[in-house]
Amino acid sequence: MHQSDVIVVGGGLMGAATAFFLRKRGLSVTLLERGLCGQQASGTNFGNVRRQGRFLPQLPLANRSREIWGRLPELIGEDVEFIRTGHLRVGYRPEHVGMMEAYRDNAAPYGLELELISANALRERFPFIGPEAIAGSYSPNDGHANPRLSAPAFARAATRAGAKVVENCEVISIERGVEDFRVETKTGDIYRAPMVQVSAGAWGGRMAAAMGEPVPIQVKGPQMGVTEPVPYAITPVLGVTTKDLPEVIYARQVTRGNIVFGGVGHGPADLDTIRARVRPEVTLQQFGQLKRIVPALAKLNIIRVWSGIEGYMRDDIPVMGPSAKVPGLFYAFGFCGAGFQLGPGVGDVMAELIATGATTTPIEPFSIARFAEKA
Amino acid sequence: MAAPRVVIVGAGPAGVRAAERLVAAGLRPTVVDEGMRAGGQIYRQQPPGFTRRPEELYGTEAGRAVAVHGAFAALAGRIDYLPETLAWNIEPGLLHVARDGVARKLPYDAVILATGATDRLLPVPGWTRAGVYSLGGSQVSLKAQACAIGARVAFLGTGPLLYLVASQYLKAGVEVAAVLDTSPASARFKALPLMASRPGLLVKGAALMWKLRGVPILRGVTPLAIDGDDSGVTGIRVKDAGGREHRFAADAVAMGWHLRPETQLADLAGVPFEHDALSGLWMAQVQADGRTAVKGVYLAGDGARILGADGAEIAGTLAATSVLADHGIQVPVAEVVELIGRRAVMDRFRRGLLRAFPWPGHLAAAVPDDTLLCRCEAITAGELRRSASDLGAPEVNRAKALTRVGMGRCQGRYCGPAGQEILAAARGVALPEVGRLRGQAPVKPLSIATVVPLGVEDA
Ligand SMILES: Cc1cc2nc3c(=O)[nH]c(=O)nc-3n(C[C@H](O)[C@H](O)[C@H](O)COP(=O)(O)OP(=O)(O)OC[C@H]3O[C@@H](n4cnc5c(N)ncnc54)[C@H](O)[C@@H]3O)c2cc1C
Ligand SMILES: Cc1cc2nc3c(=O)[nH]c(=O)nc-3n(C[C@H](O)[C@H](O)[C@H](O)COP(=O)(O)OP(=O)(O)OC[C@H]3O[C@@H](n4cnc5c(N)ncnc54)[C@H](O)[C@@H]3O)c2cc1C
Repeated sequence: MHQSDVIVVGGGLMGAATAFFLRKRGLSVTLLERGLCGQQASGTNFGNVRRQGRFLPQLPLANRSREIWGRLPELIGEDVEFIRTGHLRVGYRPEHVGMMEAYRDNAAPYGLELELISANALRERFPFIGPEAIAGSYSPNDGHANPRLSAPAFARAATRAGAKVVENCEVISIERGVEDFRVETKTGDIYRAPMVQVSAGAWGGRMAAAMGEPVPIQVKGPQMGVTEPVPYAITPVLGVTTKDLPEVIYARQVTRGNIVFGGVGHGPADLDTIRARVRPEVTLQQFGQLKRIVPALAKLNIIRVWSGIEGYMRDDIPVMGPSAKVPGLFYAFGFCGAGFQLGPGVGDVMAELIATGATTTPIEPFSIARFAEKA
Repeated sequence: MAAPRVVIVGAGPAGVRAAERLVAAGLRPTVVDEGMRAGGQIYRQQPPGFTRRPEELYGTEAGRAVAVHGAFAALAGRIDYLPETLAWNIEPGLLHVARDGVARKLPYDAVILATGATDRLLPVPGWTRAGVYSLGGSQVSLKAQACAIGARVAFLGTGPLLYLVASQYLKAGVEVAAVLDTSPASARFKALPLMASRPGLLVKGAALMWKLRGVPILRGVTPLAIDGDDSGVTGIRVKDAGGREHRFAADAVAMGWHLRPETQLADLAGVPFEHDALSGLWMAQVQADGRTAVKGVYLAGDGARILGADGAEIAGTLAATSVLADHGIQVPVAEVVELIGRRAVMDRFRRGLLRAFPWPGHLAAAVPDDTLLCRCEAITAGELRRSASDLGAPEVNRAKALTRVGMGRCQGRYCGPAGQEILAAARGVALPEVGRLRGQAPVKPLSIATVVPLGVEDA
């Protein structure tokens, strides 16, 4: 039998960061991961550490997370290649400029400074941007990091800080007892703790349902690709301000030279086979949007595509906070394609919540109770 | 039943014979090949305007080459042939191809993947110097372009291709510095019973050795390093079976350890894989008749099992008969039985070859830490080992995520086999336990300039 203060179910970035920050607060913690830490969405994502464009009430959390990203190598003792490169979104039509202006004005009170750049200045500062772009919105303090390294690094840091991290260990049931939760794994082991956090990513919906709190979650795979390496020339992470999914494209160049991109649509993802597919036609449509935002990309080849399994809530807002039904149970899942940037902050806030019962960063909008009320 | 739509990927001996058999049954298959001209690897045709005779190009295989080219030429007008066309992705019922920057979808009821093989490589200190080529690449440059890779070339590796290419270079007037075989001479005797299944080939092998008389040939060598300076290769150093060091001056090195099947499309199509202990390679699961566990997907030729060119012809015909039978088109039972019997002989010989010229897994596992393993991403063997020890990577896909080994342009084609050995040795586990790199599209690099023509919706 294994006993600890907290059991964290799922070793993505959310779970791994929570385990790490719980140890910083002195709680004993066991993290149970079905496969390897960071193997799912946290390890396959695009790597955008972006605040610009987020749902406004999420900005305090995103700001807290951004502050942690900036301290990472010292904090966890490993470099996950976070660099502050700036994040640039372009607009192609006048209505996009309107959207940018409105977002800039609304984000300012949250401390997110955005600079609007007109067409001429845009091409002067970022000469690779295509002629269709009529304006840009630039967030100087956003950037990108290496997803493949991030969650495993947090998990190792948690281990070094004294957490028990168990991989290849699938949780098959969570039951509330009188004092403790009883968490059973496929390996036949029983873990007990008075508090449990479900941070099982796209699989979180099933676990919440099993605890009597069903949520409207859809599972999809964002579509990614990467080019061959070329000399480092594109500093900011690029994106588009638009409401039309078919013209959404995002791209970043890593300092080694490859350009990673995604957008345009999603592909099927399957919770049981644990596979997400890239639809070939999406790859081809992405080519069109890549050439639109940076025409010179037409000269490059792509060398690989991939996808990952992500949970999207109906209202596009994650589930985060205490259970509305089961005392001692906490949730952090369903990050709707935007949880990588939030990860360190989510870990910090969840640890604060679990350790103290309250958070200094507002997370009420993410409560699971919002679905119960509507039902 | 409407005639099935059949697409064949690859116009090598396997693909050509598959197309021929389908046409004989009244079908009109589509044949897709990246190359400019049909023929595949061994019967690669020279570019238009080159005038070497078949005997000069294909040596003892000239008759077969002419036959395969002739068979393909005879299909003109009865197949849809798409040369210079890359099959870059596949999904159920749809093959995705690109040609001249234009993407197309080819709907299929059956697809025969006859994608051939590529060189199997082993990192050696200095192998990324200018002037080091794969055996296959060295042969292609001679066959297609009549260019040699150097004026004094050393040959390193194992397998029949090692001796064959060396003799072709010799014949072309190039100085052969040495033939350095990692297989011990004793292995050949042990493999004789299996290799006796094709006595004709044994005779050809003996003739080959005769042609190479006078060239230094060392067996059971351990490669030490390929030396060089700013201008490229200057020589190669090996240890012989007795532990003595030898150095051969050379301005180019051709190296290769047999071939590995090109399995990316089969992988993307969802065909299950199995570990083949004899070759140490992961191979697509395929029946002798070319059928796979995935409905509508058939494999033939080197892309399935390395049976050599005549084996590929048989496998191509066989796969075609399976397609026909699966679509209710009658195929004489005797034909299939005969083909399967002939294929079995080739397969026996294949196993003999692998015993005679074994893949030196132990050498791969012992590659020095500072030697580059993954050329595309510039990752050393030591970095891969550290991902196993410090970062705990239990299998190759995790190691790839952590180190980028196999993430580059070649998608692990060239670093994959050696990487698996290094990881397995570092983890102290058996080779199959570290798994295989999962394939991802595109099968080969695809230009972002590629467009989908407007109004073309063929599916
Ligand atoms: C392709 C792609 C691109 C993206 N791009 C970005 C981006 O650029 N920026 C951004 O901010 N966000 C991005 N996201 C979203 C982001 O990756 C996710 O929101 C975030 O990683 C979610 O982290 P997580 O820990 O909740 O989930 P995951 O990383 O999926 O982790 C959940 C873990 O739970 C484990 N688990 C599941 N069931 C069980 C069980 N029964 N027992 C034990 N363990 C279990 C899983 O194995 C998994 O490791 C992207 C997502 C994808 C897929
Ligand atoms: C480099 C090399 C040299 C060789 N030299 C000899 C030799 O000298 N003597 C000998 O006996 N054997 C040799 N072999 C082995 C011999 O080539 C094979 O046994 C025989 O050619 C196999 O025939 P095949 O039809 O299976 O494949 P191949 O002849 O290799 O034909 C495969 C074809 O598929 C095409 N193709 C593959 N993937 C795609 C794709 N995604 N899209 C479009 N087209 C695609 C290729 O362009 C190629 O034309 C060599 C093999 C290689 C790889």
